[in-house]
Amino acid sequence: MLDKEMRSMIVDVKDGRMDRRAFIRRLAAIGLTAPMANQLLAIGGVAMAQSPSPYPPTKRGGGGPLKLLWWQGPTLLNPHFATGTKDQDGSRLFYEPLASWDVGGNLNPILAAEIPSLANGGLTADGKSVTWKIKPGVKWHDGKPLTADDFVFTWAYASDPATAAVSISAYSDMTVEKVDDLTIRILFKNPTPFWANAFVGAYGCVIPKHLFADYKGAKSREAPTNLAPVGTGPYKFVEFKPGDLVRGVLNPDYHMPNRPHFDTIDMKGGGDAVSAARAVIQTGEFDFAWNMQVEDDVLLRLEKGGKGKTTYATGGDIEFIAINFTDPNVEIDGERSSIKTKHPFFSDPKVRKAMSLLVDRDSVKKAIYGRAGRTTANYLNGPEKFVSKNTSWEFDIDKASKLLDEAGWKLGADGIREKDGKKMKLLYQTSTNGPRQKTQAIVKQACQKAGIDVELKSVVASVFFSSDVANPDTYPKFYADIEEFQIPMTQPDPALHMKRYISSQVASKENKWQGQNFPRYVNKDYDAAIEAAETEIDPVKRATLYIKCNDMLWQDTVFIPVMHRLVVDACANTLQPVISGWANRTDNIQDWYRTA
Amino acid sequence: MSQYVLRRLLIAIPSLLGISAVLFFVLALAPGDPFSELATNPNVPPEVQAALRARFGLDDPIYLRYLHWLSAMLHGDWGFSFVSRMNVDTLILQRLPTTLYVIGSAQILALLIAIPVGVYAATKPYSLFDQVANTLAFVGFSLPTFFTGILFILIFSVTLDWLPFVYSTDVKGTGVHWVLEMIRQAIMPVAVLGLFQAASMTRFVRSAMLDVIRLDYVTTARAKGLGQATVIVKHVMRNAMIPVVTLIALQMPAVFGGAIVTEQIFRIPGIGSLLITSILSNDTPVVMAVTFVFACLVVLFNLIADVLYGWLDPRISLR
Repeated sequence: MLDKEMRSMIVDVKDGRMDRRAFIRRLAAIGLTAPMANQLLAIGGVAMAQSPSPYPPTKRGGGGPLKLLWWQGPTLLNPHFATGTKDQDGSRLFYEPLASWDVGGNLNPILAAEIPSLANGGLTADGKSVTWKIKPGVKWHDGKPLTADDFVFTWAYASDPATAAVSISAYSDMTVEKVDDLTIRILFKNPTPFWANAFVGAYGCVIPKHLFADYKGAKSREAPTNLAPVGTGPYKFVEFKPGDLVRGVLNPDYHMPNRPHFDTIDMKGGGDAVSAARAVIQTGEFDFAWNMQVEDDVLLRLEKGGKGKTTYATGGDIEFIAINFTDPNVEIDGERSSIKTKHPFFSDPKVRKAMSLLVDRDSVKKAIYGRAGRTTANYLNGPEKFVSKNTSWEFDIDKASKLLDEAGWKLGADGIREKDGKKMKLLYQTSTNGPRQKTQAIVKQACQKAGIDVELKSVVASVFFSSDVANPDTYPKFYADIEEFQIPMTQPDPALHMKRYISSQVASKENKWQGQNFPRYVNKDYDAAIEAAETEIDPVKRATLYIKCNDMLWQDTVFIPVMHRLVVDACANTLQPVISGWANRTDNIQDWYRTA
Repeated sequence: MSQYVLRRLLIAIPSLLGISAVLFFVLALAPGDPFSELATNPNVPPEVQAALRARFGLDDPIYLRYLHWLSAMLHGDWGFSFVSRMNVDTLILQRLPTTLYVIGSAQILALLIAIPVGVYAATKPYSLFDQVANTLAFVGFSLPTFFTGILFILIFSVTLDWLPFVYSTDVKGTGVHWVLEMIRQAIMPVAVLGLFQAASMTRFVRSAMLDVIRLDYVTTARAKGLGQATVIVKHVMRNAMIPVVTLIALQMPAVFGGAIVTEQIFRIPGIGSLLITSILSNDTPVVMAVTFVFACLVVLFNLIADVLYGWLDPRISLR
């Protein structure tokens, strides 16, 4: 049905009977996002639009200084060692990938001469290889030419386990070969529907072979270039003080015309989000501040008559409450929340459904996230083509109470439900973070009305998110009944985001709790759908499979999505940044400019 | 005297060893690891995190890690930051000038206020000046720096738009312009810290002066017909300053250690903010180095204070 219709539409676009925009709009209407629509077209044989981002400046430089405020400053400048987005953001000022993700989720060629497609021979129908053509005439900041060897080296560097690069998974299961000086071919072991991962975005930054060749593998940390990057980017490196300052200056040999607009770039670190907002919006000391994790009320107040504004970009970051399918209070072989146990009440689907009816997402949005969030019933919220339209959510305490009654949990004398002498008490944990504690309070209130006793617990973020095997309070151990946090979606493709919840990934003592399936969700149909999607080369079928997976998570109430969070930044009124919710803040830094 | 110093230095060795061991074990037992940020990133397989841990020796037993650290430290190798992947001494040296400049200026400001105000208040106890100075001192050390800092920012940056509130490490410009800009951006943090310190120090100077001013030899000096100024400066102050000098000596390590809260508010890239970010990201080698250097300085300045004490007051003999 959907499948057939889409196919005929793709043919229409190919033959010029339908324009690309109309196609994307139609797909958006049925729930597919722009990046997916474009990849559909690419695989369907239509060249991907080389996104024309409006860029009025007509000469290089002249924009004065660009002052960025990252309240957590970059601590290192090698994109393949970046432990957090802050490091990727800092590295990206100097290093570049073949392509970046633009605001609409399209691939935007940076070092690539063109985006691979079936039509230009870059993609093959079996999905097992990609051929990228490199833009000719690009030079490293030290004057050496950029060639295919640098890309092959970057792959070898990052995929070598001894290098201990964090980008390793973007480069494993493939080989990269040089076709000629300006062409590389990526050969995948398996059919890979999402081919735009290696050499694209933050982990895609290519590093110069001539400076890193001696520092591959175990000696990687000794490379002097780790702290003084030499890239191909719009800005040349000047100075770096970890956690405090990254400074760059216009690259006069930059490979894009009229770019960059700014003469110098400063990225200052430190402090907190609120005062960063103040420095941009109120006093105008800085042009742009990253990641405004500040209550909307505060931002609205600052924005009144200020020198700046907040900007929003949509990605796929989801804040959710996860439900534990196992019993956190029973210990088996030195392990609580063991897969061998069953949760005393959440093993009943009715109770899980009731729990989801008790989360008042509208109030959470109104009271906490404001413009920075959207309510959703889905775990998978983007790109559009992967977003399910089959789901819904509601907040209804009476309905929840009825479900609990049906499940046999009757109100006790003390107002708390019980069944077979067991009280319905649950432990709700999350990391210490203002908005999360407020969400906890909102949920607790509704639960109390429905006769569920909720104990709240907040764990310091550095513990909650750590992989410390000895600590009982980490999120993968999940020694609680429900827990809340956010999983960011780092690329416009759901493969990694959805693969976490297959049965073989269940977190357990055996795998030192490194399995990513922390709710300990086990569903054979889900496993099968993920397995099928992994190698499904037909984009339409693939999207359908992921939508099916999302619907299974919804049907089984594995997650209660609390908020689809947007990317919020503060920006001077005159600055025109290009921010994509699917990439790092600085992924399109070459296109930023200032209006007079 | 030299024998005394030598003996004290020898005693310092076991206490520093003890301090370093306690620091190391407490840090090693603290939860979390430097690669925790990778844990929620689906792009990074757990094996990478495990490989990084193994690479930086985080999986070795604690006592082995301590011995490694100790022998490296004895060779002058301060260690290697997990988070920045650079040498710890470079990191610290990068931030030292800013800390010395800002915190040092604040200490000087505190002294410049505390000594004259404290001395003058003590010469006229319970006068109007003394009452006002006392009240202000109490207000001063009751208000925490995070409060006064934000208050200053609201008044001088947001409302009046006179001063910048984000400290910049490399100020643009040269010569006089550079100097003026460096002073301008340091005014608020120095004032916040300096006034806070001055408040408690004023109280201290005043009470030290009051203790001395009532002694018989002061009355004798006055009876000799010496002027008020000579009595206060030459006879009273010199003796009253003995405890004050000790106090200042003991505060010197703090100049190195930085001021965590103030540095965070004004985004001053000093040792204090390095320490706090390293603690938050579990960058043990940096935390270890900063705290250990701090411990060494405390021990050293304690010794200096004791030596100074003997020099200022010959009645105390050091043996």
